[in-house]
Amino acid sequence: MTVLVVAEHDNQEIKGATLNTVTAAIALGAGDVEILVAGENCQAAADSAAAISGVSKIRMVDNALYANALAEPFAALVVSLAGDYSHIVLSHTTHGKNVAPRVAALLDIVQVSDIMEIKSPDTFVRPIYAGNALATVQASEDKLVITVRGTAFDKAELGGSAPVEAADASNDPGLSSFVGQELTRSERPELTSARIVVSGGRGMQSGDNFHLVETVADKIGAGVGASRAAVDAGYVPNDYQVGQTGKIVAPELYMAIGISGAIQHLAGMKDSKVIVAINKDEEAPIFAVADYGLVGDLFEEMPALAAELDKQGIKPR
Amino acid sequence: MKILVAVKRVIDYNVKVRVKGDNTGVELANVKMSMNPFDEIAIEEAVRLLEAGTASEVIAISLGEAKCTETIRTALAMGADRGIHVKTDEELQPLAVAKLMKAVCEKENPDMVIVGKQAIDDDCSQTGQMLAALMGWAQGTFASKVEIADGKAQVTREVDGGLETVSLSMPIVVTTDLRLNEPRYASLPNIMKAKKKQIDEYSPEDLGVDATPRLKTLRVDEPPPRQGGGKVADVAELVDKLKNEAGVI
Repeated sequence: MTVLVVAEHDNQEIKGATLNTVTAAIALGAGDVEILVAGENCQAAADSAAAISGVSKIRMVDNALYANALAEPFAALVVSLAGDYSHIVLSHTTHGKNVAPRVAALLDIVQVSDIMEIKSPDTFVRPIYAGNALATVQASEDKLVITVRGTAFDKAELGGSAPVEAADASNDPGLSSFVGQELTRSERPELTSARIVVSGGRGMQSGDNFHLVETVADKIGAGVGASRAAVDAGYVPNDYQVGQTGKIVAPELYMAIGISGAIQHLAGMKDSKVIVAINKDEEAPIFAVADYGLVGDLFEEMPALAAELDKQGIKPR
Repeated sequence: MKILVAVKRVIDYNVKVRVKGDNTGVELANVKMSMNPFDEIAIEEAVRLLEAGTASEVIAISLGEAKCTETIRTALAMGADRGIHVKTDEELQPLAVAKLMKAVCEKENPDMVIVGKQAIDDDCSQTGQMLAALMGWAQGTFASKVEIADGKAQVTREVDGGLETVSLSMPIVVTTDLRLNEPRYASLPNIMKAKKKQIDEYSPEDLGVDATPRLKTLRVDEPPPRQGGGKVADVAELVDKLKNEAGVI
Protein backbone atom coordinates (compact mmCIF):
# COMPACT_ATOMS: atom_id res chain seq x y z
CA MET A 1 0.00 0.00 0.00
CA THR A 2 1.05 3.60 -0.53
CA VAL A 3 0.46 6.71 1.56
CA LEU A 4 -0.33 10.12 0.06
CA VAL A 5 0.69 13.27 1.93
CA VAL A 6 -1.05 16.44 0.79
CA ALA A 7 1.58 19.18 1.04
CA GLU A 8 1.09 22.77 2.10
CA HIS A 9 3.29 25.28 0.34
CA ASP A 10 3.51 28.81 -1.05
CA ASN A 11 4.45 27.57 -4.56
CA GLN A 12 8.10 28.15 -3.66
CA GLU A 13 8.70 26.07 -0.57
CA ILE A 14 7.02 23.33 1.42
CA LYS A 15 5.67 24.60 4.75
CA GLY A 16 7.21 23.33 7.97
CA ALA A 17 4.05 21.55 9.13
CA THR A 18 4.21 19.27 6.09
CA LEU A 19 7.65 18.03 7.21
CA ASN A 20 6.15 16.84 10.52
CA THR A 21 3.27 15.26 8.61
CA VAL A 22 5.67 13.35 6.35
CA THR A 23 7.35 11.89 9.45
CA ALA A 24 3.94 10.66 10.64
CA ALA A 25 3.17 9.24 7.18
CA ILE A 26 6.46 7.29 7.20
CA ALA A 27 5.78 6.12 10.76
CA LEU A 28 2.50 4.56 9.62
CA GLY A 29 4.65 1.81 8.16
CA ALA A 30 1.97 1.25 5.56
CA GLY A 31 4.23 1.51 2.53
CA ASP A 32 5.79 4.08 0.22
CA VAL A 33 5.07 7.74 0.89
CA GLU A 34 4.18 10.05 -1.99
CA ILE A 35 3.55 13.78 -1.76
CA LEU A 36 0.95 15.79 -3.67
CA VAL A 37 2.04 19.34 -4.49
CA ALA A 38 -0.83 21.20 -6.15
CA GLY A 39 -0.61 24.90 -6.91
CA GLU A 40 0.09 27.44 -9.61
CA ASN A 41 3.69 27.69 -10.84
CA CYS A 42 4.59 25.28 -8.07
CA GLN A 43 7.65 23.58 -9.64
CA ALA A 44 9.95 25.07 -6.99
CA ALA A 45 7.70 23.75 -4.21
CA ALA A 46 7.62 20.31 -5.86
CA ASP A 47 11.42 20.34 -6.06
CA SER A 48 11.65 21.23 -2.37
CA ALA A 49 9.27 18.35 -1.56
CA ALA A 50 11.47 16.02 -3.62
CA ALA A 51 14.34 16.75 -1.25
CA ILE A 52 12.50 15.34 1.78
CA SER A 53 14.08 12.05 2.87
CA GLY A 54 12.00 8.88 2.79
CA VAL A 55 9.65 10.00 0.04
CA SER A 56 9.27 7.85 -3.08
CA LYS A 57 7.52 10.22 -5.50
CA ILE A 58 6.15 13.74 -5.88
CA ARG A 59 2.91 14.20 -7.76
CA MET A 60 2.76 17.76 -9.01
CA VAL A 61 -0.39 19.40 -10.34
CA ASP A 62 0.33 22.86 -11.72
CA ASN A 63 -2.89 24.66 -12.52
CA ALA A 64 -4.45 28.06 -11.77
CA LEU A 65 -7.38 26.19 -10.21
CA TYR A 66 -5.24 25.39 -7.16
CA ALA A 67 -3.59 28.81 -6.80
CA ASN A 68 -5.33 29.54 -3.50
CA ALA A 69 -6.05 25.99 -2.34
CA LEU A 70 -9.82 26.56 -2.24
CA ALA A 71 -11.42 23.55 -0.54
CA GLU A 72 -13.89 22.71 -3.32
CA PRO A 73 -11.51 22.24 -6.28
CA PHE A 74 -8.65 21.06 -4.04
CA ALA A 75 -10.70 18.27 -2.44
CA ALA A 76 -12.01 17.24 -5.88
CA LEU A 77 -8.40 16.92 -7.04
CA VAL A 78 -7.35 14.79 -4.05
CA VAL A 79 -10.37 12.54 -4.62
CA SER A 80 -9.45 12.14 -8.31
CA LEU A 81 -5.96 10.98 -7.28
CA ALA A 82 -7.04 8.94 -4.23
CA GLY A 83 -7.02 5.62 -6.15
CA ASP A 84 -5.13 2.95 -4.30
CA TYR A 85 -3.67 4.97 -1.45
CA SER A 86 -4.33 3.39 1.94
CA HIS A 87 -3.92 6.65 3.85
CA ILE A 88 -4.43 10.25 2.75
CA VAL A 89 -2.56 12.39 5.22
CA LEU A 90 -2.78 16.15 5.84
CA SER A 91 -1.53 18.50 8.55
CA HIS A 92 -4.07 19.52 11.20
CA THR A 93 -3.72 23.15 10.11
CA THR A 94 -6.48 25.41 8.80
CA HIS A 95 -5.68 24.15 5.28
CA GLY A 96 -5.79 20.49 6.30
CA LYS A 97 -8.90 20.94 8.42
CA ASN A 98 -10.63 22.68 5.51
CA VAL A 99 -9.83 20.06 2.88
CA ALA A 100 -9.53 16.69 4.67
CA PRO A 101 -13.16 16.16 5.78
CA ARG A 102 -14.36 17.09 2.31
CA VAL A 103 -12.11 14.41 0.84
CA ALA A 104 -13.21 11.82 3.42
CA ALA A 105 -16.91 12.48 2.83
CA LEU A 106 -16.57 12.34 -0.97
CA LEU A 107 -14.79 8.99 -0.65
CA ASP A 108 -17.19 7.81 2.10
CA ILE A 109 -14.30 6.95 4.39
CA VAL A 110 -13.48 7.82 7.99
CA GLN A 111 -11.26 10.72 9.02
CA VAL A 112 -9.12 10.54 12.16
CA SER A 113 -8.31 14.13 13.21
CA ASP A 114 -5.25 15.52 14.95
CA ILE A 115 -3.36 12.29 15.62
CA MET A 116 -0.55 12.48 18.21
CA GLU A 117 0.68 8.89 18.13
CA ILE A 118 0.53 5.94 15.77
CA LYS A 119 -0.04 2.53 17.39
CA SER A 120 -0.50 0.68 14.09
CA PRO A 121 -1.65 1.62 10.56
CA ASP A 122 -5.26 1.65 11.79
CA THR A 123 -4.89 2.63 15.46
CA PHE A 124 -4.07 6.13 16.70
CA VAL A 125 -3.98 8.28 19.82
CA ARG A 126 -5.73 11.65 19.53
CA PRO A 127 -6.62 14.35 22.03
CA ILE A 128 -10.24 14.95 23.00
CA TYR A 129 -11.72 17.56 25.36
CA ALA A 130 -8.92 20.04 24.64
CA GLY A 131 -6.29 17.41 25.42
CA ASN A 132 -7.71 16.68 28.89
CA ALA A 133 -8.15 13.11 27.71
CA LEU A 134 -6.37 11.01 25.10
CA ALA A 135 -8.43 8.57 23.07
CA THR A 136 -6.97 5.50 21.39
CA VAL A 137 -9.12 4.87 18.34
CA GLN A 138 -9.16 2.07 15.78
CA ALA A 139 -10.59 2.26 12.28
CA SER A 140 -12.41 -0.77 10.94
CA GLU A 141 -11.66 0.00 7.29
CA ASP A 142 -8.44 -0.09 5.31
CA LYS A 143 -8.64 3.36 3.67
CA LEU A 144 -8.42 6.43 5.87
CA VAL A 145 -8.01 10.19 5.88
CA ILE A 146 -5.77 11.44 8.69
CA THR A 147 -4.79 14.88 9.96
CA VAL A 148 -1.59 15.13 11.98
CA ARG A 149 -0.72 17.24 15.02
CA GLY A 150 2.61 18.74 13.92
CA THR A 151 4.06 19.19 17.40
CA ALA A 152 3.75 15.44 18.09
CA PHE A 153 6.13 14.41 15.28
CA ASP A 154 9.66 15.55 14.40
CA LYS A 155 10.32 17.26 11.10
CA ALA A 156 11.39 14.95 8.28
CA GLU A 157 15.04 15.26 7.28
CA LEU A 158 16.13 16.66 3.95
CA GLY A 159 18.56 14.94 1.60
CA GLY A 160 16.25 12.86 -0.61
CA SER A 161 15.81 13.12 -4.35
CA ALA A 162 12.40 11.72 -5.24
CA PRO A 163 11.22 11.96 -8.86
CA VAL A 164 8.64 14.63 -9.67
CA GLU A 165 5.78 13.47 -11.89
CA ALA A 166 3.15 15.80 -13.29
CA ALA A 167 -0.48 14.77 -12.74
CA ASP A 168 -3.65 16.09 -14.35
CA ALA A 169 -5.90 18.71 -12.84
CA SER A 170 -9.42 17.67 -11.90
CA ASN A 171 -12.73 19.34 -12.75
CA ASP A 172 -13.57 22.72 -11.26
CA PRO A 173 -16.72 22.33 -9.16
CA GLY A 174 -17.27 26.05 -9.87
CA LEU A 175 -18.63 26.79 -6.40
CA SER A 176 -16.07 29.19 -4.99
CA SER A 177 -13.64 31.92 -5.89
CA PHE A 178 -10.83 33.66 -4.06
CA VAL A 179 -11.40 37.31 -3.18
CA GLY A 180 -8.35 38.29 -1.16
CA GLN A 181 -6.29 37.78 1.94
CA GLU A 182 -4.84 39.79 4.77
CA LEU A 183 -1.80 37.94 5.99
CA THR A 184 0.00 39.05 9.10
CA ARG A 185 3.49 40.14 8.09
CA SER A 186 6.13 39.36 10.63
CA GLU A 187 9.88 38.95 10.67
CA ARG A 188 9.55 36.77 13.77
CA PRO A 189 9.53 32.96 13.68
CA GLU A 190 6.21 31.34 12.79
CA LEU A 191 4.36 30.27 15.96
CA THR A 192 3.99 26.54 15.38
CA SER A 193 7.65 26.05 14.44
CA ALA A 194 9.32 28.66 16.70
CA ARG A 195 11.89 27.36 19.21
CA ILE A 196 10.64 29.92 21.73
CA VAL A 197 7.18 31.50 21.99
CA VAL A 198 6.27 34.50 24.14
CA SER A 199 2.50 35.03 24.51
CA GLY A 200 0.50 37.87 26.03
CA GLY A 201 -2.94 37.66 27.58
CA ARG A 202 -5.69 39.85 28.92
CA GLY A 203 -3.21 41.21 31.46
CA MET A 204 -1.53 43.17 28.64
CA GLN A 205 -4.55 45.54 28.83
CA SER A 206 -4.10 46.87 25.26
CA GLY A 207 -2.56 46.12 21.88
CA ASP A 208 -0.13 49.00 22.39
CA ASN A 209 1.32 47.25 25.42
CA PHE A 210 2.25 44.20 23.33
CA HIS A 211 5.57 45.91 22.59
CA LEU A 212 6.60 44.66 26.05
CA VAL A 213 6.13 41.08 24.82
CA GLU A 214 7.73 41.81 21.44
CA THR A 215 10.82 43.43 22.95
CA VAL A 216 11.55 40.35 25.06
CA ALA A 217 10.67 38.02 22.14
CA ASP A 218 13.16 39.75 19.83
CA LYS A 219 15.97 39.48 22.38
CA ILE A 220 15.64 35.68 22.44
CA GLY A 221 14.49 35.04 18.84
CA ALA A 222 10.95 34.07 19.81
CA GLY A 223 7.61 33.98 18.00
CA VAL A 224 4.78 36.03 19.52
CA GLY A 225 1.44 34.50 20.49
CA ALA A 226 -1.60 35.41 22.55
CA SER A 227 -4.47 33.98 24.55
CA ARG A 228 -8.01 33.99 23.20
CA ALA A 229 -8.87 36.84 25.58
CA ALA A 230 -6.20 39.05 24.04
CA VAL A 231 -7.36 38.23 20.50
CA ASP A 232 -11.06 38.72 21.32
CA ALA A 233 -10.21 42.09 22.88
CA GLY A 234 -8.58 43.07 19.59
CA TYR A 235 -5.06 43.50 21.02
CA VAL A 236 -3.55 41.29 18.27
CA PRO A 237 -4.76 39.47 15.07
CA ASN A 238 -6.54 36.09 15.20
CA ASP A 239 -3.57 34.13 13.92
CA TYR A 240 -1.72 34.85 17.18
CA GLN A 241 -4.13 32.67 19.15
CA VAL A 242 -2.66 29.72 21.03
CA GLY A 243 -5.14 27.21 22.43
CA GLN A 244 -7.72 24.50 21.85
CA THR A 245 -9.31 26.40 18.98
CA GLY A 246 -6.23 28.31 17.84
CA LYS A 247 -2.72 27.05 17.25
CA ILE A 248 -1.11 24.17 19.10
CA VAL A 249 2.51 24.90 19.98
CA ALA A 250 5.15 22.88 21.79
CA PRO A 251 8.35 24.97 21.73
CA GLU A 252 11.43 24.46 23.88
CA LEU A 253 10.41 27.53 25.87
CA TYR A 254 6.93 29.03 26.25
CA MET A 255 6.49 32.25 28.19
CA ALA A 256 2.95 33.17 29.28
CA ILE A 257 2.73 36.86 30.13
CA GLY A 258 -0.43 38.12 31.85
CA ILE A 259 -2.23 34.87 30.96
CA SER A 260 -4.34 33.26 33.70
CA GLY A 261 -4.25 29.79 32.11
CA ALA A 262 -7.78 28.70 31.16
CA ILE A 263 -7.91 25.02 30.18
CA GLN A 264 -8.55 26.07 26.58
CA HIS A 265 -5.23 27.96 26.57
CA LEU A 266 -3.32 25.21 28.38
CA ALA A 267 -4.54 22.82 25.65
CA GLY A 268 -2.48 24.75 23.13
CA MET A 269 0.85 24.94 24.99
CA LYS A 270 1.14 22.44 27.82
CA ASP A 271 3.41 20.15 25.82
CA SER A 272 6.07 22.87 25.70
CA LYS A 273 9.39 21.70 27.16
CA VAL A 274 9.85 24.60 29.58
CA ILE A 275 7.04 26.95 30.66
CA VAL A 276 7.51 30.37 32.24
CA ALA A 277 4.59 32.37 33.66
CA ILE A 278 4.59 35.99 34.72
CA ASN A 279 1.35 37.04 36.40
CA LYS A 280 0.41 39.26 39.31
CA ASP A 281 -2.24 36.81 40.53
CA GLU A 282 -0.47 34.19 42.61
CA GLU A 283 -3.52 31.90 42.33
CA ALA A 284 -3.59 31.91 38.50
CA PRO A 285 -3.87 28.33 37.15
CA ILE A 286 -0.98 28.96 34.74
CA PHE A 287 1.43 28.65 37.70
CA ALA A 288 0.38 25.01 38.21
CA VAL A 289 1.95 24.08 34.85
CA ALA A 290 4.84 26.57 34.91
CA ASP A 291 8.39 25.39 35.58
CA TYR A 292 9.39 28.94 36.47
CA GLY A 293 6.64 31.17 37.81
CA LEU A 294 7.25 34.82 38.62
CA VAL A 295 4.54 36.54 40.63
CA GLY A 296 4.64 40.20 39.74
CA ASP A 297 3.26 43.09 37.71
CA LEU A 298 4.15 42.45 34.07
CA PHE A 299 4.45 46.20 33.45
CA GLU A 300 7.43 46.21 35.83
CA GLU A 301 8.74 42.68 35.20
CA MET A 302 8.84 42.75 31.39
CA PRO A 303 11.08 45.86 31.07
CA ALA A 304 13.22 44.42 33.88
CA LEU A 305 13.41 41.09 32.06
CA ALA A 306 14.46 42.83 28.83
CA ALA A 307 17.22 44.65 30.73
CA GLU A 308 18.31 41.46 32.50
CA LEU A 309 18.58 39.57 29.19
CA ASP A 310 20.93 42.31 27.96
CA LYS A 311 22.86 42.31 31.21
CA GLN A 312 23.46 38.55 31.09
CA GLY A 313 24.41 38.81 27.40
CA ILE A 314 21.55 36.67 26.05
CA LYS A 315 21.18 36.78 22.25
CA PRO A 316 18.86 34.94 19.83
CA ARG A 317 20.33 31.55 18.90
CA MET B 1 -33.79 32.32 2.84
CA LYS B 2 -33.99 29.33 5.14
CA ILE B 3 -31.13 28.54 7.53
CA LEU B 4 -30.46 25.24 9.30
CA VAL B 5 -28.19 25.41 12.35
CA ALA B 6 -26.73 22.37 14.09
CA VAL B 7 -26.37 22.50 17.87
CA LYS B 8 -24.48 19.85 19.85
CA ARG B 9 -24.94 18.99 23.50
CA VAL B 10 -21.49 18.76 25.12
CA ILE B 11 -19.89 18.95 28.56
CA ASP B 12 -19.93 22.61 29.61
CA TYR B 13 -16.68 24.34 28.66
CA ASN B 14 -16.01 25.33 32.28
CA VAL B 15 -16.11 21.76 33.56
CA LYS B 16 -12.81 19.99 34.23
CA VAL B 17 -13.21 16.75 32.31
CA ARG B 18 -12.30 13.52 34.14
CA VAL B 19 -11.44 10.19 32.59
CA LYS B 20 -13.47 7.24 33.89
CA GLY B 21 -11.71 4.78 36.17
CA ASP B 22 -12.17 1.93 33.69
CA ASN B 23 -10.67 4.00 30.82
CA THR B 24 -13.75 3.57 28.61
CA GLY B 25 -14.47 7.28 28.25
CA VAL B 26 -14.93 10.44 30.28
CA GLU B 27 -17.24 10.92 33.25
CA LEU B 28 -20.63 12.19 32.05
CA ALA B 29 -22.77 11.39 35.10
CA ASN B 30 -23.86 14.49 37.05
CA VAL B 31 -21.77 16.73 34.81
CA LYS B 32 -23.14 20.06 33.58
CA MET B 33 -24.00 19.89 29.87
CA SER B 34 -24.37 22.92 27.57
CA MET B 35 -24.57 23.87 23.94
CA ASN B 36 -21.21 23.66 22.15
CA PRO B 37 -19.90 27.29 22.30
CA PHE B 38 -19.23 27.43 18.54
CA ASP B 39 -22.85 26.38 17.93
CA GLU B 40 -24.08 29.28 20.08
CA ILE B 41 -22.19 31.52 17.66
CA ALA B 42 -23.87 29.67 14.76
CA ILE B 43 -27.37 30.24 16.20
CA GLU B 44 -26.55 33.89 16.91
CA GLU B 45 -25.42 34.45 13.32
CA ALA B 46 -28.59 32.85 11.94
CA VAL B 47 -30.85 34.84 14.26
CA ARG B 48 -29.08 38.07 13.27
CA LEU B 49 -29.74 37.27 9.59
CA LEU B 50 -33.38 36.61 10.56
CA GLU B 51 -33.63 39.94 12.39
CA ALA B 52 -32.01 41.74 9.45
CA GLY B 53 -34.66 40.29 7.13
CA THR B 54 -32.04 38.37 5.13
CA ALA B 55 -33.33 35.04 6.45
CA SER B 56 -36.99 34.03 6.66
CA GLU B 57 -36.71 30.99 8.90
CA VAL B 58 -34.12 29.47 11.26
CA ILE B 59 -34.31 25.79 12.16
CA ALA B 60 -32.16 24.33 14.95
CA ILE B 61 -31.18 20.69 14.65
CA SER B 62 -29.54 18.46 17.24
CA LEU B 63 -28.64 14.81 16.91
CA GLY B 64 -28.33 12.30 19.72
CA GLU B 65 -29.94 11.24 22.99
CA ALA B 66 -33.32 12.43 24.33
CA LYS B 67 -31.78 15.29 26.31
CA CYS B 68 -30.63 17.01 23.11
CA THR B 69 -34.09 18.60 23.13
CA GLU B 70 -32.79 20.81 25.98
CA THR B 71 -30.09 22.10 23.64
CA ILE B 72 -32.67 22.66 20.91
CA ARG B 73 -34.84 24.60 23.41
CA THR B 74 -31.86 26.82 24.18
CA ALA B 75 -31.50 27.56 20.45
CA LEU B 76 -35.24 28.27 20.22
CA ALA B 77 -34.97 30.64 23.18
CA MET B 78 -32.14 32.46 21.39
CA GLY B 79 -34.48 33.03 18.44
CA ALA B 80 -34.64 29.96 16.20
CA ASP B 81 -38.16 29.34 14.85
CA ARG B 82 -38.44 25.58 15.21
CA GLY B 83 -36.40 22.50 15.97
CA ILE B 84 -35.50 19.09 14.60
CA HIS B 85 -34.26 16.30 16.82
CA VAL B 86 -32.64 13.25 15.23
CA LYS B 87 -32.96 10.92 18.18
CA THR B 88 -30.64 8.00 18.82
CA ASP B 89 -28.73 6.57 21.76
CA GLU B 90 -26.02 5.29 19.45
CA GLU B 91 -22.70 7.20 19.39
CA LEU B 92 -22.74 9.52 16.38
CA GLN B 93 -19.49 10.24 14.54
CA PRO B 94 -18.96 13.19 12.18
CA LEU B 95 -19.57 11.34 8.89
CA ALA B 96 -22.81 9.85 10.25
CA VAL B 97 -23.94 13.30 11.47
CA ALA B 98 -23.18 14.74 8.03
CA LYS B 99 -25.22 12.00 6.34
CA LEU B 100 -28.15 12.49 8.72
CA MET B 101 -28.02 16.25 8.15
CA LYS B 102 -27.90 15.68 4.40
CA ALA B 103 -31.14 13.70 4.66
CA VAL B 104 -32.69 16.57 6.65
CA CYS B 105 -31.42 19.12 4.10
CA GLU B 106 -33.13 17.14 1.35
CA LYS B 107 -36.44 17.45 3.26
CA GLU B 108 -36.04 21.08 4.27
CA ASN B 109 -34.05 22.59 1.38
CA PRO B 110 -32.18 25.24 3.39
CA ASP B 111 -30.12 27.89 1.57
CA MET B 112 -27.50 27.90 4.26
CA VAL B 113 -26.35 25.55 7.01
CA ILE B 114 -24.35 27.01 9.88
CA VAL B 115 -22.42 24.78 12.30
CA GLY B 116 -19.62 25.32 14.80
CA LYS B 117 -16.10 24.87 13.44
CA GLN B 118 -15.54 22.14 16.00
CA ALA B 119 -17.26 20.58 18.98
CA ILE B 120 -15.33 20.98 22.20
CA ASP B 121 -15.81 17.32 23.15
CA ASP B 122 -14.27 15.33 20.28
CA ASP B 123 -12.46 18.35 18.70
CA CYS B 124 -12.80 16.70 15.27
CA SER B 125 -13.60 19.75 13.10
CA GLN B 126 -15.17 17.61 10.35
CA THR B 127 -18.97 17.73 10.23
CA GLY B 128 -19.57 20.99 8.34
CA GLN B 129 -17.05 20.25 5.62
CA MET B 130 -18.40 16.70 5.25
CA LEU B 131 -21.96 17.96 4.88
CA ALA B 132 -20.86 20.50 2.24
CA ALA B 133 -19.10 17.72 0.32
CA LEU B 134 -22.10 15.37 0.48
CA MET B 135 -24.45 18.14 -0.70
CA GLY B 136 -22.03 19.27 -3.43
CA TRP B 137 -22.06 22.74 -1.87
CA ALA B 138 -19.37 25.32 -1.21
CA GLN B 139 -18.04 25.76 2.32
CA GLY B 140 -16.96 28.81 4.28
CA THR B 141 -15.04 27.36 7.20
CA PHE B 142 -13.69 29.16 10.33
CA ALA B 143 -15.77 32.20 9.41
CA SER B 144 -15.26 35.55 11.12
CA LYS B 145 -17.59 37.46 8.76
CA VAL B 146 -20.45 36.42 6.46
CA GLU B 147 -22.13 38.75 3.96
CA ILE B 148 -24.95 37.62 1.67
CA ALA B 149 -25.77 39.42 -1.61
CA ASP B 150 -27.04 38.41 -5.06
CA GLY B 151 -27.06 34.67 -4.46
CA LYS B 152 -23.49 34.70 -3.23
CA ALA B 153 -21.90 34.68 0.17
CA GLN B 154 -18.69 36.51 0.89
CA VAL B 155 -17.02 34.76 3.80
CA THR B 156 -13.95 35.98 5.67
CA ARG B 157 -12.08 33.01 7.11
CA GLU B 158 -9.58 32.81 9.98
CA VAL B 159 -6.59 30.95 8.54
CA ASP B 160 -3.15 30.18 9.99
CA GLY B 161 -1.50 33.17 8.33
CA GLY B 162 -4.25 35.73 9.03
CA LEU B 163 -7.54 36.24 7.17
CA GLU B 164 -8.77 35.03 3.78
CA THR B 165 -11.94 36.07 1.94
CA VAL B 166 -13.78 33.81 -0.49
CA SER B 167 -16.90 34.25 -2.61
CA LEU B 168 -19.23 31.24 -2.54
CA SER B 169 -22.27 30.29 -4.64
CA MET B 170 -25.33 29.53 -2.49
CA PRO B 171 -26.40 27.23 -0.95
CA ILE B 172 -23.47 26.91 1.42
CA VAL B 173 -22.24 25.49 4.69
CA VAL B 174 -20.61 27.97 7.08
CA THR B 175 -18.56 26.89 10.09
CA THR B 176 -18.14 29.51 12.80
CA ASP B 177 -15.00 30.83 14.40
CA LEU B 178 -14.87 32.76 17.67
CA ARG B 179 -14.81 36.26 16.21
CA LEU B 180 -17.98 35.90 14.08
CA ASN B 181 -20.21 37.40 16.79
CA GLU B 182 -20.93 37.41 20.49
CA PRO B 183 -23.90 35.17 21.26
CA ARG B 184 -26.81 36.64 23.25
CA TYR B 185 -28.26 35.29 26.45
CA ALA B 186 -31.84 34.11 26.09
CA SER B 187 -34.28 36.31 28.02
CA LEU B 188 -36.80 34.74 30.39
CA PRO B 189 -39.82 35.62 28.19
CA ASN B 190 -38.03 34.05 25.21
CA ILE B 191 -37.24 30.93 27.25
CA MET B 192 -40.97 30.67 28.05
CA LYS B 193 -41.91 31.23 24.41
CA ALA B 194 -39.42 28.58 23.29
CA LYS B 195 -41.34 25.92 25.21
CA LYS B 196 -44.23 26.27 22.78
CA LYS B 197 -42.15 26.08 19.61
CA GLN B 198 -42.36 22.95 17.50
CA ILE B 199 -39.67 20.23 17.55
CA ASP B 200 -39.97 17.44 14.97
CA GLU B 201 -38.38 14.13 15.81
CA TYR B 202 -36.77 11.62 13.46
CA SER B 203 -34.75 8.46 13.95
CA PRO B 204 -31.76 7.58 11.73
CA GLU B 205 -34.00 4.83 10.28
CA ASP B 206 -36.68 7.41 9.37
CA LEU B 207 -34.00 9.25 7.43
CA GLY B 208 -32.69 6.08 5.79
CA VAL B 209 -29.16 6.55 7.14
CA ASP B 210 -26.86 3.92 8.60
CA ALA B 211 -25.28 5.82 11.49
CA THR B 212 -23.18 2.97 12.86
CA PRO B 213 -19.80 4.20 14.22
CA ARG B 214 -16.88 3.33 11.96
CA LEU B 215 -14.16 4.31 14.40
CA LYS B 216 -13.89 2.37 17.63
CA THR B 217 -12.56 3.93 20.84
CA LEU B 218 -10.32 1.30 22.42
CA ARG B 219 -9.50 3.29 25.55
CA VAL B 220 -9.33 6.79 26.99
CA ASP B 221 -6.47 7.92 29.21
CA GLU B 222 -5.51 10.91 31.30
CA PRO B 223 -2.67 12.85 29.65
CA PRO B 224 0.65 12.54 31.49
CA PRO B 225 0.61 15.08 34.33
CA ARG B 226 2.89 18.08 34.10
CA GLN B 227 5.09 18.89 37.06
CA GLY B 228 4.71 22.64 37.47
CA GLY B 229 4.51 25.00 40.38
CA GLY B 230 8.17 26.12 40.45
CA LYS B 231 8.73 29.76 41.35
CA VAL B 232 11.51 32.30 40.93
CA ALA B 233 12.00 35.43 43.02
CA ASP B 234 12.92 37.92 40.31
CA VAL B 235 13.92 38.35 36.66
CA ALA B 236 17.62 37.84 37.44
CA GLU B 237 16.92 34.38 38.84
CA LEU B 238 14.56 33.66 35.92
CA VAL B 239 17.18 34.47 33.26
CA ASP B 240 19.84 32.56 35.20
CA LYS B 241 17.62 29.45 35.46
CA LEU B 242 16.60 29.59 31.79
CA LYS B 243 20.24 29.93 30.75
CA ASN B 244 22.02 27.59 33.14
CA GLU B 245 19.43 25.11 34.47
CA ALA B 246 17.03 24.65 31.51
CA GLY B 247 19.54 25.70 28.83
CA VAL B 248 16.83 27.09 26.56
CA ILE B 249 18.16 30.62 26.01
